[in-house]
Amino acid sequence: MSILNPVRGTQAVYAINPVAKLVAALLLSLTLVLSIDWVSAGVALVLEAVLFFWAGLGFRTFLLRTLPVLIASPAAALTTLLYGRPSGHVYLQFALVNVTDGSIELAVATGLRVLAIGLPAIVLFVTIDPTDLADGLAQVLHLPSRFVLGGLAGLRLVGLFVEDWRSLELARRARGVGDSGRFRRFFSQGFALLVLSIRRGSKLATAMEARGFGSPGERTYARASVMGWREGVLIALAVVVALAAVVVSVSTGYWNFIGSQS
Amino acid sequence: MSGGASRRAGGATVSARGWGWRHAGRRAWAVDGLDLEIAAGERVLLLGASGAGKSTLISALAGVLGAADEGEERGSLLVGGTRPQDARGRVGLLLQDPDSQVLLARVGDDVAFGCENLGVPREEIWRRVGSALDAVGLHLPLSHPSSSLSGGQKQRLALAGVLAMQPGLLLLDEPTANLDPAGVEEVRDAVARVLAHSEATFVVIEHRVAVWRHVVNRVVVLASGGGVLADGPPDEVLAARGAELAASGVWVPGFPPARPPRAARAARPPRTTRIATGAADRTGGPARNLAAICDGLAEGRRFDDPDPDGVDAPLLRARDLAVTRVKGGPPVATGLKLDIDPGFATVVTGPNGAGKSTLALTLAGLIPPAGGDLVASDDFAAGAGPEPIRWRSRELLTRIGTVFQDPEHQFLASTLRKELAVGPAALRLPQREIVERVDELLARLRLTALAEANPFTLSGGEKRRLSVATALATRPALLVLDEPTFGQDSRTWAELVALLAELLDSGTALVAVTHDADFVDALADREFRMPGAPVPGGAS
Repeated sequence: MSILNPVRGTQAVYAINPVAKLVAALLLSLTLVLSIDWVSAGVALVLEAVLFFWAGLGFRTFLLRTLPVLIASPAAALTTLLYGRPSGHVYLQFALVNVTDGSIELAVATGLRVLAIGLPAIVLFVTIDPTDLADGLAQVLHLPSRFVLGGLAGLRLVGLFVEDWRSLELARRARGVGDSGRFRRFFSQGFALLVLSIRRGSKLATAMEARGFGSPGERTYARASVMGWREGVLIALAVVVALAAVVVSVSTGYWNFIGSQS
Repeated sequence: MSGGASRRAGGATVSARGWGWRHAGRRAWAVDGLDLEIAAGERVLLLGASGAGKSTLISALAGVLGAADEGEERGSLLVGGTRPQDARGRVGLLLQDPDSQVLLARVGDDVAFGCENLGVPREEIWRRVGSALDAVGLHLPLSHPSSSLSGGQKQRLALAGVLAMQPGLLLLDEPTANLDPAGVEEVRDAVARVLAHSEATFVVIEHRVAVWRHVVNRVVVLASGGGVLADGPPDEVLAARGAELAASGVWVPGFPPARPPRAARAARPPRTTRIATGAADRTGGPARNLAAICDGLAEGRRFDDPDPDGVDAPLLRARDLAVTRVKGGPPVATGLKLDIDPGFATVVTGPNGAGKSTLALTLAGLIPPAGGDLVASDDFAAGAGPEPIRWRSRELLTRIGTVFQDPEHQFLASTLRKELAVGPAALRLPQREIVERVDELLARLRLTALAEANPFTLSGGEKRRLSVATALATRPALLVLDEPTFGQDSRTWAELVALLAELLDSGTALVAVTHDADFVDALADREFRMPGAPVPGGAS
């Protein structure tokens, strides 16, 4: 289950509390969705690109993990280019396609924005260990431990789902019902997986209960989850990037508060 | 130092007075009228036929049986003088399935989990984690990923998690049923080591008596109708009740389950070979002294009439075969050479991770070979082409039946009757014939009473029998089984082996992946030993 496994390493970024990473990624994305202009996204992206050098990921890992965003960005840009709200000079028009000054600008803004929001989110998230995140959610944000740890244990089942899915597929072929349409098979197999996972889930719940999960009384934590100067630095960096993007964009007149007409 | 985790905790007493439990929605009581006193520090092996309520009792002692909406309780059941629900942390429970007992991603965190829930202070937690891991002999870094452990290691890890809670009562519910022989010993030895240094009271359920006989000092046998059937020192109880226990499915040393005669085998002694050469050692055609059902199963077989010279082409011929778990993945075994002949039982053995199951699923036409040749004879293919992986799913039905390691993976329908009809219906057999075959199989495998039950609600032994029956319903010429006897009681074991022997004698070919030496002994004509592979993360 390589997708779910966190990237591990020794650099400072791995020791940073996941809650701080969550806050940093949230700060950036919340700021950047406020406007659709290419300047704010561009500024954020440039600053982020510099910070990625300290993200603790090799170039290859970086490319592999961010691949979805690297694909989504040009795809979103292209769609906007062809179908975005027309304005200014018209370059190309047939059927619904309408490439204009306005849609070109919007396309660039959209593509950059997807990158500026998606890349740091992925880069911060892939170095998060789920156990550490759960510790942070419970101890720093004081979310209910029942909920957090239940979710954490449930996450382990996802790896088993993949195995189960494969076995179900083989079993269907062996039982003589593997010839039916891909679509139908997918749904019946999905249902079988659901049944299996509920059973696995209840077994897991019993095992957790048997180890005192849900006992009355205060729970302790074997691992301390604290917010220190490193976490402060990360959040401050996110604030600086977000602020710089807004300031530059507003002062150059490109800021375009979402919903307001340009 | 080993066992330190549990030494400080004194043993807890167990006291049941007229205790009973009925699961919600059931008419019969799972346990009833139970009077049982277990003194602090006693080591008890809990036996009983399947359905006698052993697991229900253990779950109740662990306080995980559920609230009032999940069942009805009567009488009293006390652990250390209090109700089990209020004694959380005094009781530790180790369950059967290694996969659903590992809770967290890192070894150390997993052991710490129970302590955290009990509110143990942080420094104390890590002290206990260290000594618990020591006690079970798991010498791994605390940050070691728990997912990379073998089954036996996972069970020892879960045991460490239980020990770290310093329970006064240690409960084990068939802790080794899903493990290979090496794993069974590994876990048993770890438990024995822990108990040697602990005052904890100990109760284990297990239907293989030999595993725990020398670890316990008392055997309690639950009666099927409720109450206690026998109770006393292991040797006394086993001497007095051995035959009775064996008949009810318990594996009792000295009372092995009956083994069927292999008619066709008498003429050819079993051979252990890396490279099975097949046709050369074939001396006789399939014998035909069959029970009624197998007459039916053999009907219409192409190889019903053996070659005049006694030499058939093998059904499947593997040459330089390489197998891989996932299409396109790295091969787990290469250069495999074997023949699968009608009427022959080939058992695939070898260490964990050597690719036994993968080979079986490849032979079964379910996973494409990673390299080399796997060719079906013209007779066997009967027009479907030489490569089993290219056969349609429906074409597999009459040619190769597969019984998966986990029966639940292969269940498709909401009742046993519908489940058994899936294959025959896919073959588009006439309705009358489908009903006939289904009824026959239900009766043969003692499942008639459960015909309208949901397959998922069956016991382990019943699930196994049903999964075999689903494969037999379409009368395949080759039956592939993955660990068919894992965790089975001796009664199911004997029934399975008898059924498979009949099939073999009727000319069906058999491939079985197994760790079970008794099974190999009873059925195998050839043993195919996988070239060894190291167990990942192996340490003990």
